[in-house]
Amino acid sequence: MITPARLRQLGVCLTLGVVAALVTGPSGDSAHPFRALRQSVIDPRIGVFLGLAVGLWVVLVAATELRPVLGRVTVTARARRPVRATFERRYGNVGLNVVLLAIAIVAPMLVSTAAQQSMVNDIGIYALLALGLNVVVGYAGLLDLGYIAFFAIGAYVAAYFSSSSAMPWHAPFILNPFFVLPIALVLAALAGVILGAPTLRLRGDYLAIVTLGFGEIIQLIANNSDEITNGPRGVFGVPHLSVDLPGIHYQWGIDPLPYYYLLLGIVVLVMIAFGRLERSRIGRAWAAIREDEIAAEATGVPTLRMKLLAFAIGASVSGFAGVLLATKQFFNPQSFSLQSSFLVVAVVIFGGMGSRLGAVTGAVVLQGLAFYLRDKVPPTDRYIYFGAVIIAMMIFRPQGLVPSRRRRREIELAGAGAGASDSLGAAPLGRTVT
Amino acid sequence: MGFADQFWQLTVDGLMVGSLYAVIALGYTLVYGVLQLINFAHSEVFMLGAFGGLFAARGLLPGGSTPSGMISVGLLAAGLAVGAASGAAAAFTLERVAYRPLRRRSAPRLAYLISAIGASLFAVNLAGKEFGRQNVPVPALFTNGTVFHLFGAQVSTQTVVVFGAAVVMLVLLDRLVATTRLGQGIRAVAQDADTAVLMGVNVERVIILTFVIGGLLAGAGGFLYAMTFNASYNMGFVPGVKAFTAAVLGGIGNVRGAMLGGILLGLVESYGGYVFQASYKDVIAFLVLVGILMVRPSGLLGARLGRAA
Repeated sequence: MITPARLRQLGVCLTLGVVAALVTGPSGDSAHPFRALRQSVIDPRIGVFLGLAVGLWVVLVAATELRPVLGRVTVTARARRPVRATFERRYGNVGLNVVLLAIAIVAPMLVSTAAQQSMVNDIGIYALLALGLNVVVGYAGLLDLGYIAFFAIGAYVAAYFSSSSAMPWHAPFILNPFFVLPIALVLAALAGVILGAPTLRLRGDYLAIVTLGFGEIIQLIANNSDEITNGPRGVFGVPHLSVDLPGIHYQWGIDPLPYYYLLLGIVVLVMIAFGRLERSRIGRAWAAIREDEIAAEATGVPTLRMKLLAFAIGASVSGFAGVLLATKQFFNPQSFSLQSSFLVVAVVIFGGMGSRLGAVTGAVVLQGLAFYLRDKVPPTDRYIYFGAVIIAMMIFRPQGLVPSRRRRREIELAGAGAGASDSLGAAPLGRTVT
Repeated sequence: MGFADQFWQLTVDGLMVGSLYAVIALGYTLVYGVLQLINFAHSEVFMLGAFGGLFAARGLLPGGSTPSGMISVGLLAAGLAVGAASGAAAAFTLERVAYRPLRRRSAPRLAYLISAIGASLFAVNLAGKEFGRQNVPVPALFTNGTVFHLFGAQVSTQTVVVFGAAVVMLVLLDRLVATTRLGQGIRAVAQDADTAVLMGVNVERVIILTFVIGGLLAGAGGFLYAMTFNASYNMGFVPGVKAFTAAVLGGIGNVRGAMLGGILLGLVESYGGYVFQASYKDVIAFLVLVGILMVRPSGLLGARLGRAA
């Protein structure tokens, strides 16, 4: 049966096909800005994609036609599982966690050095960043789009304190990078408080824009102040991490594996710590704030202070990760671009807001995708796929890959018109009455 | 040359850029008015509009020479029209793909921002792939010269064209919101969407048309912007943030506020860029934004779209 709705569906499928053909099609150059477009239209590839689109439409139509037949099956399959017992909820995941940890320990030994490198730089660091941003976005429900700025602060602080040659501007004394970690932690947290104090009073979407501006300003300053940060030439030669205790001498070096295990250890520790934080009084205060800020305020939650705390904790993790980046490799202001900020947000959302395992999973999957695409498409094109993945995620699975139970429930409730699941307030034009 | 000597020249430049900010800011303000939502991907609508206009201008321009007379006017009009149409198409698609599915489900507000970021990433990088990642100049559509002097400041043809087109668009939009049936619908939805539904306003239609109007303005604005500053795949971001600043400055959700905010921001930036370094020009807009949000978050004119006009 061909109904107008189905024709519209066909149109959507065909549009998707055209977009897919464009995305995978030839790249243009600025001297002939519209040549690539023309080429992709006459390319035989577009026929393949349009064929696929029609196929998809046929499948969709067939699925709706067959739904009455299959209906009973799917309903039983999707019946809600009973709520698990408290004991199981608390300790039932231990087995899973052990398995995941074992995989994380063994995996890098089985892959190439390039992949190991990527597991450190892309997955490890971003997992850590995502865990930190998860506190801000997932727990407190605030959108921070300048999160990478704190990462930059951490990296530049590391260069300032631990090397006399990496930047033109350096501390009068040289510290082991390990001692820089707490300094960076505190300074990044302080930056978070300074940025947050005036802006956290405001509605959430203003916060998003202000943090975005902050991220840009930090990058702009790093880029423009040649005589302090070396400008666009970047920072090179921050010493590697080293342990120099009586009896133990160890230096991390070019080999990515030791860094990987260090990062793995830190990520696991941070996950445990944030798990406890989430279940603490503070974590419950954050949940209250993101679900209904006014109600939280009324029941005595110091909302501003709690939001600031979330901001500071998130920022400090980012600063910490920045130090690790600086000791591991060369960096320049380009490392702290807006797109990196968006990428961290994407990782958190993709994995599942408010879920620690989700943050790590998001980093593994998205950066794994990036690594996989590395040889297949130009590096800048990866963000096309990221963008598409983010939109698709928001449309089809807004709770993320590995959602936290509470978050999922909040989204369901918000969909049904009760409360909100972030501190931006109720849904625009939703059925909620506020 | 001191600031005083340059004052009028800076004013003229600031007015030109500011009028463009005002045109873009209207897109933010209208969407915010009806949905209470910051349309993060609006800057990409602007960028796609610029490329649409550029496509028309390049396609229609006869030979390598700079045209004159009626041909120039025709080309300009074609560029503006195609730019506006591309912007509208982009905004329509954006609403369809990134916002409507969420609205159907009444998703949390954060979801809108994130899906807008996704759309923005997608559009910017797809544009980068298709159009290349360097600046693309718009071919000269008219001979640019000094038309007249204003207190010693040179006013170029370019400035007259850009400022004139922008002002025409601003006036048209103001009238549209204030006097037409659609404008009435927009104001009704902005005041109270639930009640508007009860009064027989087709809210879905108003929302789509709001996006389309914002897209028309941003697209035409993008073409005007590209005539002065070239087109590039990432041209949207900076003017986008500045236009948003302008919208907040004037009071977001307020049509005349967005116009006032845009012009003011253009002037402040022009003066500031001269007094400080030009490379810190972008920082000024952000500082203005943070300052406004701290001191008077409701903006200069403060009122909502529903009560404005």
